[in-house]
This record gives sequence, C-alpha cells and structure tokens, in this order.
Amino acid sequence: MSAATAPLRAAHGAWLVARREIRDQGRDWRILAPIAMLTLFFPLLMNFTARAAVDFVNRYGAPLVGERLIPFLLLVVGFFPISISLVIALESFAGERERLSLEPLLVTPLSNMQLYAGKMLASLVAPVLAAYLGIVVYSAGLILRLDWRPPVPLLVQVVLLTTAQALVMVAGAVVISSLTTSVRAANLLASFIIIPVAQLVILESLIMFWGQYSVLWYIVIGLVVTSALLLRMGIHLFNREELLGRELDVLNLAWVGRVVRSEFGAGARGLREWYGGLFRHSLPRALPALGLVSLVMVVGYGIGLWAARQWTLPAELMTLRADPQVVLDHLRQLGFLQPEGWLWVLSNNVRAILLASVLGAFTFGVLALVLLTIPVILVGYFAGNLALAGASAGTVLSALVLPHALVEIPAAMLAGAAIVRWGMVVVSPSRGRSLGHHWLAGFAEWARLMVGLVVPLLAVAAAIEVFITPLIAVRVLFGG
Amino acid sequence: MTEALIEAIGLTKDFDDFRAVDSVDLSVRPGEVVALLGPNGAGKTTTIRMLASLLTPSSGTALVAGFDIRRDPDEVRARVGLLTEHHGLYMRMRSEEYLEFFGGAYRLPRGVLRERSTRLLELYGLAGDRRRRLGEYSKGMRQKLALVRALLHDPPVLLLDEPTSAMDPSSAFLVRGSIAQLRQESRAIIVCTHNLKEAELLADRIAIIRGGQLIATGTATSLKQAYLGRRQMEVRLARPLDGAARLLPRGTHVVASGADWLRYETEDPQETNPRFLRSLGQAGIDVVTLAEVERSLEDVYLQVVGQPRPPV
Repeated sequence: MSAATAPLRAAHGAWLVARREIRDQGRDWRILAPIAMLTLFFPLLMNFTARAAVDFVNRYGAPLVGERLIPFLLLVVGFFPISISLVIALESFAGERERLSLEPLLVTPLSNMQLYAGKMLASLVAPVLAAYLGIVVYSAGLILRLDWRPPVPLLVQVVLLTTAQALVMVAGAVVISSLTTSVRAANLLASFIIIPVAQLVILESLIMFWGQYSVLWYIVIGLVVTSALLLRMGIHLFNREELLGRELDVLNLAWVGRVVRSEFGAGARGLREWYGGLFRHSLPRALPALGLVSLVMVVGYGIGLWAARQWTLPAELMTLRADPQVVLDHLRQLGFLQPEGWLWVLSNNVRAILLASVLGAFTFGVLALVLLTIPVILVGYFAGNLALAGASAGTVLSALVLPHALVEIPAAMLAGAAIVRWGMVVVSPSRGRSLGHHWLAGFAEWARLMVGLVVPLLAVAAAIEVFITPLIAVRVLFGG
Repeated sequence: MTEALIEAIGLTKDFDDFRAVDSVDLSVRPGEVVALLGPNGAGKTTTIRMLASLLTPSSGTALVAGFDIRRDPDEVRARVGLLTEHHGLYMRMRSEEYLEFFGGAYRLPRGVLRERSTRLLELYGLAGDRRRRLGEYSKGMRQKLALVRALLHDPPVLLLDEPTSAMDPSSAFLVRGSIAQLRQESRAIIVCTHNLKEAELLADRIAIIRGGQLIATGTATSLKQAYLGRRQMEVRLARPLDGAARLLPRGTHVVASGADWLRYETEDPQETNPRFLRSLGQAGIDVVTLAEVERSLEDVYLQVVGQPRPPV
C-alpha cells in the first residue's frame, strides 16, 4: 500500500463501519422517531414559543427579553437532537459487546483507528445533521412568522457550538462505551458527560441573555480543545484487548490496593531509598507540569494586577495604621502565634489541596489550576491596589506574605503539578495497561509527591505563617 | 515436514492476577484439524483470541500463517477465519448486506466478494434467504451464516468455536462435511467443541486444556492408549466357555467374562488375536464375534480433566 493511498484506505475503512451503523440506525424506529420529532416538530414548537414570548414581553415594554430569547431558542433547537448522539455513542461498543457482535468485528483487519473513527462518525452524522435541519426549520419559521432574520455570525456560532458540543459528548461517550462491559454501566457513567454539558448549556444561555455573544467564541475554542483531548484519550485507550479482555465491571479492591501500594512504594526498601526515588524519578517527571503551573500562576498574578486597575479599591483601605500591640492581640485572638493556629492553617491548606485534587482528577487538572490560582490572583489584586494607592507593595507583601510564601508557593505549585499529571494521565496513557491501572498509578504518583513533599512543606509554611510572619508584619508595617 | 500454519510457543495470558492460559505450545500443519477440548473456563477461547491477534499474550508468542501475532496483528487477522462462540450477527441486516460489510472489512474486490458470497450461501443452503433480515433466521441458519462470514476471505487458518452448536443434525452433518473439505484444501483448523464425538470424527489430533495448561495432546487412539490402558477385546462363542480362557495366549489378561463371552486386555492385538482364534479353532470352539471393545474419547477426557464419571 503506497503512502498516498493509506489515508484514503483508512478513511474507507472508517466509513465502512460508520455506514453500516448509520444504515442500522435508519432501520431503528427508536432512533428515527425522536430525531424526526426534534428536527421537525420541536423547532416549530420553539417558533410558536418565541412568537408568544415576544408578544408577551412586548406588551410589558421589555422587547429586549424577547430579542434575547430568540437566539437562545436557536441554541436549544440545535442542542436537543445532538443529545441523541450521546445515546448512540454510549451504545457503540458496549451495545455490540452486549449483543455479542463485537468479536467478529474486531477480528477483521480494520485498524483500531478505523474502528474508533467509524464509531465516532456513526454517532455524529445522524444527530448533527438532524440538529442542522432543526436550526434551518427554526430559522425559516423565524423569517416567515416573525420576520426576524438571524444574523449570520450568530448562526455560525450556534452551528459551531452545536457541532463542538456533539463532538465533546460523542468523544467522551465513545471512551466510556469502549471501557464498559454493558450499556447499563455506560449509561451510569454518562453523568460524567451529561452534568458538565448541562452546566455548559446553562452558562451559554446566561451569556446569551446577557448579550455577550463574543464570549461564545471562547466556549467554542474550549470545546474544540476538550474534544481534541477526549479524542486523543479515546484513540490511546481504544484497543481490542480492553474491549475483549474484561468480562465484568467488578471493583477488585485487592488489586487496587496492590497497584497503589506497589506504585507508591516504587520498590523502595526504606524511607531513604523512597525519598531517593522521589527526587530522582517522580520530581523530574513532574517538571513539565510544574512549568505549566508556574506559567498559570504568573498569568494569575497578572490578572490580579489588571483587575486592580479595573476595580480599584479606595486608597484609604490600603493605609495600614494601628497600635502594634493591639494588632498582635487581635492576631492571637484569631489563633495566630499559637499551636492551634498552626493546625488550623495547615488543615485549611491541606483541605484546599485535596479539593483541588478531586476536581483536577476528573477535569484534566483544569479546575485544580483554577482553584490554586485564585489566591495568586488575590495577591496580585492586593499588590496592584497597594501600588495604585501609592504604598510600597514590595514592602507590604514582603512583610505579610513573603515569609511563608517562600515555602507555601512552591508547595502549592508542586501540588498543582502533581494534580495536573494525575488529571492528564488518562489523556495519553501508554499501551498495554488499562485506564484503571493508569489512573491508579497516577494517583500513587500524586500521593508520593503529596506525602513526600507537599504536606511537609505546607506544615513548615503553616508554622512560619502562624509564628513568624505576624511578628515580621507587625514590626515592618506597624513599627512594633 | 510441512511448515506449520499455527505454531504457538509458550503462549501465556494473564488478566490482572489471574492466569487464563499458561505456557501453551501448539502446532497445526496445513490440512490438519486439531480439536481443542476442555471444561468451561479452561482457556480455550482466550487461546483462540490470542491466535486471532485479538488479545496480546502476556508472554510467549505464536506464528499464524507465517506472521507473528504480536508484531503483525493486522496480517494475522487478514489470514484467520474466526467462528466465534456466539454468532454475533447484526439482526437488522440482510445476509447479502452483512457479507458485503465483512467483505469490505477484509478488502475483497467487489467481483470476488459477489462470487464467494453466492457460492458459500448456496453451499450452506442460505441462498434463498439472502434478502431476509437476519433477525428472522433460525439459530442454525445464523450459525451457518457466521461460518460463511468466517470463510468469506478464504483464510488459510480457521479457528472454529463450537461450529455445529445450535444446528439440527442435517446442518451439523453438512458443516462437518465442509470442515473435512476445508482440511483437504490444506487449511489449518482448530475446532473448540464440547461435542467429543464430533471432535473424534473431525480431528486429526486432540488437545485437552485445563486451568490454562495443555495437559494432553495426540491422536484419539494414542490418547486412549495412554490414558485408558491396553486395548480390550471381546470374544463371543457359539457355546459356553468351558475353559476357553485357558487358550488365551501369553501377554493377555482376562478382565471380565460371562457364560459365553470373555473380555481380555492385550498389548498387541495383531499378534494375539490370530493366535487365540487359531487355538479356539483347534479346540473345536466356534467363534461368533471377536471385536475390540469401543472406548470413547469421553472416557479419556473425563480421566484427563480429573472428573469421575457420574454413576448411572
């Protein structure tokens, strides 16, 4: 096979798989009936709703509400048919496995990529075409009944949003379908897709009612990036072994324990050897993620400075004047300069890191980065306001933040890197291991960094924050 | 000696901490049928799936039609016809659409696909039903169509899991006949079956697998000899025995007897039987029959897999 014809052949194989499934869908009234309803009847219903709503709000002098509702309904008309793609995609592999038709398909010389792409296409084509048809029917209704022509950029945005949402849902659902042994299990896991997408649609509707249509472009970009990550994950995870090797979705706690113990211990025979492995292997592995976290934190600090210019606090709030003794007494009342305060600060920081870890583990580390950057944004905002008020931001920050931040920020960055690594481990797993194995290995690596470095550093930072920073701050800022 | 079309060496498969197949060595030459026998969960399907490059061995490997199952899985799959334990048909399709889909997957030219589909559907008596939806097919028809699918790309290696299950006797006879025909076409065939009579009828060699390990291989005759001991003969006389047992040549041993019959074990029936018949003739004792006592593969199987025969 020549290099020139290889992509054509690959595409032909994928289309072969897709065509068979699309033909099958065309014979299944359970798929045809809802698609027909959502493409023809539902847009007409939305036309009626739009007209009634516009008439109603116009009567009360609020035409803006009607104007904003019409584009929102356009989005809804596009979204409803693509929700069917989720059902089809969830069924793609799990359904074939349940009907025992998977093995004959897998024994053909079709490549993993062809099978995966074929299933993706099969899940996308009918619902996305139905969504486009629904948008056309709704738009035609708007033109004919309301004499309202949707602006072309809005139509393009809605079409792109619809397509990107379908792509994200299908890419995620195909991954789920290829990793579960039954349609029931796939449906249960589908909440990992449905809930975020539902939240996204709510966000999109708020943005549309707010009239900030340009923000939708960022959502389109975000969706495209997410679908690219999910596609990469799906292509890496998809293999015949996984599809046929497992018979049951049974939680094997003994195996889980063994994997985590072995990955966490990494064969070390003592604490010294374990730390040696941590510095020689785990830390270097986390360096690229550490670079990303550093970049995000710098950007976060910049956002804080920018926000200070946008929403500047009154200058008098930035003036620090008080009796040093009174300040120290207040700090003692808050728990500073006392052992309980140390425990309180440490537990708070550990809790924040754990929350970021949980969120990051299921969002490729994205939500963890957001959560860990918030304090940096606040520090930037505070520094910006100090500078705008004419105070010395450097002096104030050196006194209030720097002593413990010297330890706390590296700990937070390291935690962020560990979480990003754990969250991203599912995106590009190496061959020969199951997703579960990778995820557990990622968790064990996260735990190594947490136990070995992050928590000890946070403990030191909390001690500095509680016992040393207050004294420095009072001395430098209040002359105590 | 002809090079084997299937050559498995130390084939092993672990699922997490469970070893499904353990160091299986197996060789199948062109024109040879090997029956893979074993209880449920013994590792037959996993072995077949590894040979079809559907599962990667944890250790060991196999050459199938000259290609390594680890290094060239696509080449292996293109040369293997797999009849899965469950037919796995797409029920909303018609048989011609179904075969068209799999022909496309095996990259068969349109003309070749049409010719083979027609020939195979006619061979298995499905030509008249080619436009019916597969959901309307009987179990046996579905199984036959699955076999057609496995043969569609004319593979040199066939892995057949329960090829005649769910078939009526005449369909099963037809399929057994076609397996014999496929053997004559120099294909290497592995048949997994629980039907021991069928295994004995079809297979040149029997391989018994238990707990993932291949514990016995050989021809049906050699396995019987190895596991059931010496061959037994039964002689029936025209009148009561009256000391006929004394005429048995040396090297034989009476295992049972009745009024006018006796059963004996012998190492070498070709040598002992004529001598015994001659002695009986000289003593004026008429022989009604002399035949070997039939010992089934089932006896061998039960002994090998360690299950005692339930009391009748």
